[in-house]
Amino acid sequence: MTGFPSDDVPELARGVHDMGGLPGGPVDRHEHAVSLWEKRVDALLVLLTRKGVFSVDELRNAIERLGAEAYTAMSYYERWTASIAWNLMQRGVITADELGKRMAEIEAEGRQ
Amino acid sequence: MSHTHDHDHDHHHPAGSAPQRHPFQPDDPPPTGHYQLMAVALRELLIEKGVLGADEIRAQIERMDARGPHLGAKVVAKAWSDPAYKARLLADGPKACAELGIELDGMRLTVVEDKPALHNLIVCTLCSCYPRALLGLPPAWYKSADYRKRAVREPRAVLKEFGTELAATTAVRVHDSTAELRYIVLPLRPAGTEGWSEEKLAGLVTRDTMIGVTLPKAG
Repeated sequence: MTGFPSDDVPELARGVHDMGGLPGGPVDRHEHAVSLWEKRVDALLVLLTRKGVFSVDELRNAIERLGAEAYTAMSYYERWTASIAWNLMQRGVITADELGKRMAEIEAEGRQ
Repeated sequence: MSHTHDHDHDHHHPAGSAPQRHPFQPDDPPPTGHYQLMAVALRELLIEKGVLGADEIRAQIERMDARGPHLGAKVVAKAWSDPAYKARLLADGPKACAELGIELDGMRLTVVEDKPALHNLIVCTLCSCYPRALLGLPPAWYKSADYRKRAVREPRAVLKEFGTELAATTAVRVHDSTAELRYIVLPLRPAGTEGWSEEKLAGLVTRDTMIGVTLPKAG
């Protein structure tokens, strides 16, 4: 098929997220319940942006810079989580060190 | 705070005790993936630092759970029943929603109206922007790569997968949402619904009809 300008733009030039107009497969129309951890991540983002800690555009910007491999492999809320963490570090709200330590603790103790 | 994290389940802390660590319940499995652990850590750290409150997070989840397509359906049914309201809705979506007590929290909303020879479809090709205040959280397929790619490439083929076949003479207009501007479809009122109450009409208006992947049908 011809006449789709997007087909001529190499992925490196458009970014992996910029997929509108590309060929794709059938849409998987199954419904998925949103799990509690996903709702919590959603709530964190809504509250952080409402308070002006960072913006929705900054959320998306960090997601778009995850790289094609990670972007494709990670689930929707995993991408959000990675971006929220990056933005909070960028703003100096948390440090990579305290995040890493806390994650190790949580994993060791089975906390949630 | 005497403890380091918030709880959504029953759990008792002895007054003045050291920060509690509790085992997970069998029906309440612990986060397993790397990012689920990260999400727990972020929530704990934000609460400890006083950036967010545990109650605030819970309240936001409740707010999220309370939102759903029933709100959008109310707006559509009102527009079907009241031409003056429809005119106000098309002119200023947020203001017309506020008339029905639905607050959009500053979200810009454009209502796109189907016509006998024009069908509207919404997508967010870059991510997942969606009129959450009226429809709740977007379904997984709305956020999927295949929908985002193909809704603007071959909308008729996508519509067909949802069981919607349009006449060749019907134009299809696809609206690509952004963080600043979101859309909702005002579908055509189905034939055979003359004299129906707003409540009964609202029963025909599903999430998918307001995204534009299906059409409301009477009976």
